Amino acid sequence: MLNRDEDILQAAEAWQKAGHGVALATVVETWGSAPRPAGSSLVINDDGTFLGSVSGGCVEGAVVTEALDVIASGQPKMLEFGVADETAWNVGLSCGGTIRVFVEKVAQS
Amino acid sequence: MKLQTLSEVNIERAARRPVIVITDTANGDQRLVKAKDIATDPLRVELSKQLRMGKSGMIEAAGKKLFLNVYAPTARLVIVGAVHISQALAPLARSLDYDVTVVDPRTAFASPERFPDVPLIAEWPDVALPPLNVDHYTAFVAVTHDPKIDDPALLHAFARDCFYIGALGSRKTHAKRAERLKAQGASDADIARIHAPIGLNIGAVSPSEIAVSIMAEITAELRLPKENVKEQAA
Repeated sequence: MLNRDEDILQAAEAWQKAGHGVALATVVETWGSAPRPAGSSLVINDDGTFLGSVSGGCVEGAVVTEALDVIASGQPKMLEFGVADETAWNVGLSCGGTIRVFVEKVAQS
Repeated sequence: MKLQTLSEVNIERAARRPVIVITDTANGDQRLVKAKDIATDPLRVELSKQLRMGKSGMIEAAGKKLFLNVYAPTARLVIVGAVHISQALAPLARSLDYDVTVVDPRTAFASPERFPDVPLIAEWPDVALPPLNVDHYTAFVAVTHDPKIDDPALLHAFARDCFYIGALGSRKTHAKRAERLKAQGASDADIARIHAPIGLNIGAVSPSEIAVSIMAEITAELRLPKENVKEQAA
């Protein structure tokens, strides 16, 4: 079972050690009825494979796309999804909350 | 996150030691604080507050916006008594992501046929419990109805500061248990920590329903702010 946060972080470490580019996306702030609390995380590798969740399925697609950029550039990014943002609505955080997700690369050093 | 930081987080979690990762969200700068180093950290007040609540969150310190990611150990459930209720309780707790262990010295009860996929220890509590490293992140239930088994188990749970301690039995049974435990050195505060009769009062009858009431009470103890727990449980 790879659905607990500790399993997810172990997978991230294993991917990195197997030579994958890996990014870690973490919910850092939530407002309103956000689906998952701060600290929830999603790990993504350069194949686009991901584990975990930051929103219970609403915005993971968009986060994975951004994560691939972060893996390529090495520069961390702060993403914000909320109902007021049309793009966010499009990717589906329809529960009315707002979340801020920090995306960072897992780097060798 | 540096690979080394990620490895350290994984090592601490595997050892069931809390760890906090502090990230400056402006630039991604990061450091890791182990539980044992919190007391001497410049952010000790904020760190211990977040850890106590088991919650991650943003703080502002010295003009910086910092994200404190709290990695508390996975909650664990130790069930003393391989009884009918436990057969419902163990799989339910696993579905809630608890690491579950069942202890019962009676081999007729503690059989793999009755508990497939659950770590099972067919030993007396004094042998079975010490190697489990029962800790604060452990919920502990004693459901054998047999004082020879339940009492020493409960004394162990007091000593290890389990976040939840529950024991099966009516109010009358519990009053007698309290007397016995006090005679063995338990304090009034220890006794007050036992949830008995066990579980939220939802009118549970079947073993599965009792399991739901127990897990609901454990969830409340784990998640609700402390002052609300008693009120909700009443």
